[in-house]
Amino acid sequence: MITLQFVPYNELSKLTPVGRIKKILDIAKENKIVLVEGRLKPEEEASLIQRTMEEVSKEFKGIELCTIYPESKNGDAFEKIKSKMINMIVGDRRGLTVIGPATIVKDIKRDPNKILLFTNNLGKKKRRK
Amino acid sequence: MIKNITKFLNNLFSSVFGKKKNIKLGLYGPPNSGKSTLANRISKDWLGEEMSKVSKIPHETRDIVVKEKIEVKSKGKSMIFNLIDTPGIATKIDYEDFLKFNMNKKEAKQRAKEATKGVIESIKWLDSMDCVLVVLDSTINPYSQVNITIIGNLAARDIPVLVVANKVDIKKSNVRKVEDAFPQYDVVGISAE
Repeated sequence: MITLQFVPYNELSKLTPVGRIKKILDIAKENKIVLVEGRLKPEEEASLIQRTMEEVSKEFKGIELCTIYPESKNGDAFEKIKSKMINMIVGDRRGLTVIGPATIVKDIKRDPNKILLFTNNLGKKKRRK
Repeated sequence: MIKNITKFLNNLFSSVFGKKKNIKLGLYGPPNSGKSTLANRISKDWLGEEMSKVSKIPHETRDIVVKEKIEVKSKGKSMIFNLIDTPGIATKIDYEDFLKFNMNKKEAKQRAKEATKGVIESIKWLDSMDCVLVVLDSTINPYSQVNITIIGNLAARDIPVLVVANKVDIKKSNVRKVEDAFPQYDVVGISAE
């Protein structure tokens, strides 16, 4: 069984950057796939990778990570300003970040508009034990 | 190939770093994209000596390797920079992956441990870079989160970037796909070998 845990934007926005990374990683370490509303900043993504590397162990091999962020390439300047104003007021909730523990998620392939999530064959692994 | 990199450096030299000494040029990318092969090629072309060990096993470079005072001369001007070869950035490291390369369990675990530290070091060094060559394997899908995270972090720090689509000598290579993935950056297709 695979568990997906949704983390709403509000839940992360009240935390410090370190707190956000910790929360996401703690869930992933419980062998759950984390779906975060919105996206992390590039610096937070780098911190997430750093922190993940610090936590790699026999049981926790790391994460697979993918972000989808809708960017309107053809939007005019006024639309972009409007969008930035909304982000400033309510926060940037656009996009979706998927973080899965590497023990469960084998690969996440991303085309510009879709995410393909490949899981490890957990049943087969159990039989080996 | 080196001409393209020299052009990138010359442009930076005249526009951004005119007065700065000891420019740090970093090589970043995922594991096995050819960073160390390119570092050796640059170092050999300009200094006559190699700087990094290369191997087909991922995470061969697990420490930052710095080659200091490389002098480039072009059009009557010269510039000196430090070339920094960094460990490949990855989001997962499983020692069992190294067992496929005829390593014993102890060696594989040690390599995995060092590789995790290497990734941490690479990310720490991001802040020190003046300009970066992001080296990608042009035979594989460029839309990986690691590539996006590396380039996103360099953009957030206003660090000039040249995307190097390596391994163009391989039939599967698709430089166009790399260009499509990062349309806001200059992309140079090369074979570092």
